[in-house]
Amino acid sequence: MPESYVELYFPVFLQVLIAMAVAGGMIGGSYLLGRKVKNRIKDTPYECGITPTGSARGRFSVKFYLVAMLFILFDIEAVFLYPWAVVYRELKLFAFVEMFIFIVLILCGFFYIWKKGALDWSQQERPPEER
Amino acid sequence: MDIFLFILFASIAVFCAVNVVVQTHPITSALSLVGVMGALAVLYLLLGAEFIAAAQIVVYAGAIMVLFVFVIMLLNAGGEAKSAGRSQMVRWLGIPLFTIFIGLLSYIVQRSVPAGPGVSFGQFTGGTPRDVGRLLFTQYLLPFEATSVLVLIAILGAVVLARKEIE
Amino acid sequence: MNFFLLSLLKAAVVAGALLFTLAYLQWVERKVIAHIQIRMGPSRVGPHGLLQPVADIIKLLTKEDLIPPYVNKFFYMFAPFLAITLALTSIAVIPFGPEIEIFGVRTRMQLADLNIGVLFILGISSVGVYGIVLAGWSSNNKYALLGGLRSSAQMISYELPMALAIVAPLLLANTLSLGELVEKQGGAFLGVVPRWHVFQMPFPQVVSLIVFLIAGFAETNRIPFDLPEAENELVAGFHTEYSSMKFASFFMAEYANMITICSMATVLFLGGWQPLWPAALGSSYVPSLLFAGAAAVMIYHGLHPARPKDRYTLPAAGVVFLLIAGVFLLPPLRPFLIPVFWFASKTGFLLFVFIWVRGTLPRFRYDQLMRFAWGFLFPVAMLNLLATALVVALVSR
Repeated sequence: MPESYVELYFPVFLQVLIAMAVAGGMIGGSYLLGRKVKNRIKDTPYECGITPTGSARGRFSVKFYLVAMLFILFDIEAVFLYPWAVVYRELKLFAFVEMFIFIVLILCGFFYIWKKGALDWSQQERPPEER
Repeated sequence: MDIFLFILFASIAVFCAVNVVVQTHPITSALSLVGVMGALAVLYLLLGAEFIAAAQIVVYAGAIMVLFVFVIMLLNAGGEAKSAGRSQMVRWLGIPLFTIFIGLLSYIVQRSVPAGPGVSFGQFTGGTPRDVGRLLFTQYLLPFEATSVLVLIAILGAVVLARKEIE
Repeated sequence: MNFFLLSLLKAAVVAGALLFTLAYLQWVERKVIAHIQIRMGPSRVGPHGLLQPVADIIKLLTKEDLIPPYVNKFFYMFAPFLAITLALTSIAVIPFGPEIEIFGVRTRMQLADLNIGVLFILGISSVGVYGIVLAGWSSNNKYALLGGLRSSAQMISYELPMALAIVAPLLLANTLSLGELVEKQGGAFLGVVPRWHVFQMPFPQVVSLIVFLIAGFAETNRIPFDLPEAENELVAGFHTEYSSMKFASFFMAEYANMITICSMATVLFLGGWQPLWPAALGSSYVPSLLFAGAAAVMIYHGLHPARPKDRYTLPAAGVVFLLIAGVFLLPPLRPFLIPVFWFASKTGFLLFVFIWVRGTLPRFRYDQLMRFAWGFLFPVAMLNLLATALVVALVSR
């Protein structure tokens, strides 16, 4: 058993170094070994053979943003679950009730967004009479 | 050993933090901020706060910064133009004044906050998930439950903000 | 022995094994998919195409390393680097076996048994989003950007059910250290049924396992959730503009993530390196019997060859398999090899399921994918978690 945090985390650090070396080796290796032939057509963005039009960085559905925002909130909830699971057998029903209240409050929010249709990605495509 | 690690990761954190401000492109700034979060997580680890370090990565680097990057992509924000016509005085006086400011600040902090027992690498072992869980679910129960209300309000806020776009 | 030297040695062994597995996993996938579709698969380079991975690596390394002029160069190079680095890091906390004594040194068959092992994996996988987002964004291509955005929204959406599915078995084990998690799954009910979390009383974690695996498919962008690279709408998604080894590095990262997900499922639900039934009932002879059986089949087919070449190759392979069967019986190696065998066979089976699903299922539509994550998987994982918690609280004394 490792005695200190240094010994505990040293292998992780080592693994990160190895992973970085492998990644760097792969990308650097192909950079050094590969031939390079430039031409004008090759230097245009790939768009199925059509000449690209407009900027590649258009604007996107607000849903992506909403998903990211909701993910943060539920992720905070999920992080709380981990220490809870570790001490669960020490507190038993008490811990259950605590977490139940916590989860029910957050699930209220979940049902609200669900009813609002915020997570329904097909909504915009539907004809108006179906809504 | 631990002082070396601290200096290494502290300087990474500071470097990334400075980079956030200096870079003109928002994506670069956002990713530098991810770097700050990562370095901070390692600093927490050096203090023995394992759970906090992991939560820092999962929540800040893995969730909050993803939102930042999304918003930057969503708004299609490009590089900012450097402001023209700044005076030469800013360049010559800025750095010394900033150094003095930081010095003063650290002096005040050192004087006003009493020196606690030094926490060196590996001495404090009360930061495991088990210790955090024990405290969180007994002594600090009320703040924990209050968090859920906070999260609920945030969820409603998120939907209200995005509602116009959805409808 | 010096701790640092020892971990250096272990890290080298693990990295070697991991890279070898990564290279051959791709060969296995091509072969399995080929056989599902009644084709031969790679068969030109070496016997049964066994040298195909080597040929692929040489080919990819010497291909033109195209860096298009319109990309953001730094992030364009950084994205595959980040993807591989993160994908290869997670292996550091996976336990392959118990604490063993080898050449007089006691050591765990795991690089680092962290107190936060589970969260470590979760953290690495949540940061993994950046590799794909950056690849999509820096390419400055419409398909790439759409693929990157889709992929990241999908990955974060499926991370939630995954996180919830992980918590349920943790309620039974009450630890976040992966080594301890496996040790707590040792033993058997009634002397036969293993105490793995997927079978464990009072609340078997079958639902959790299924949710975890489904979320795992989405996290690794595999079929049926490979929307980010849906070729009929997005060409190749986030790696449209990538070529040579940088292109391959995303695949390598995908395979490495697949290995991580499968070994996590093994550790969390299938008892890690614990045998299928107790060693007292002879489970430690399973590997020898399996290899000996395979050897017998090969030798039989060598004696009754379907093709003239088989007269020599099959018996030769049979003898090799018999030798492997013998190695599993050597007393000094047994405590080390048998757990690794069980771990590898469970992980290997799950990897096979990943490939099998790819050969079987069609792709989702994007709105279906998101609705499935939030409207089905998330509530199911949550209900399962609450039910587990309630039962554990009521039953445990």
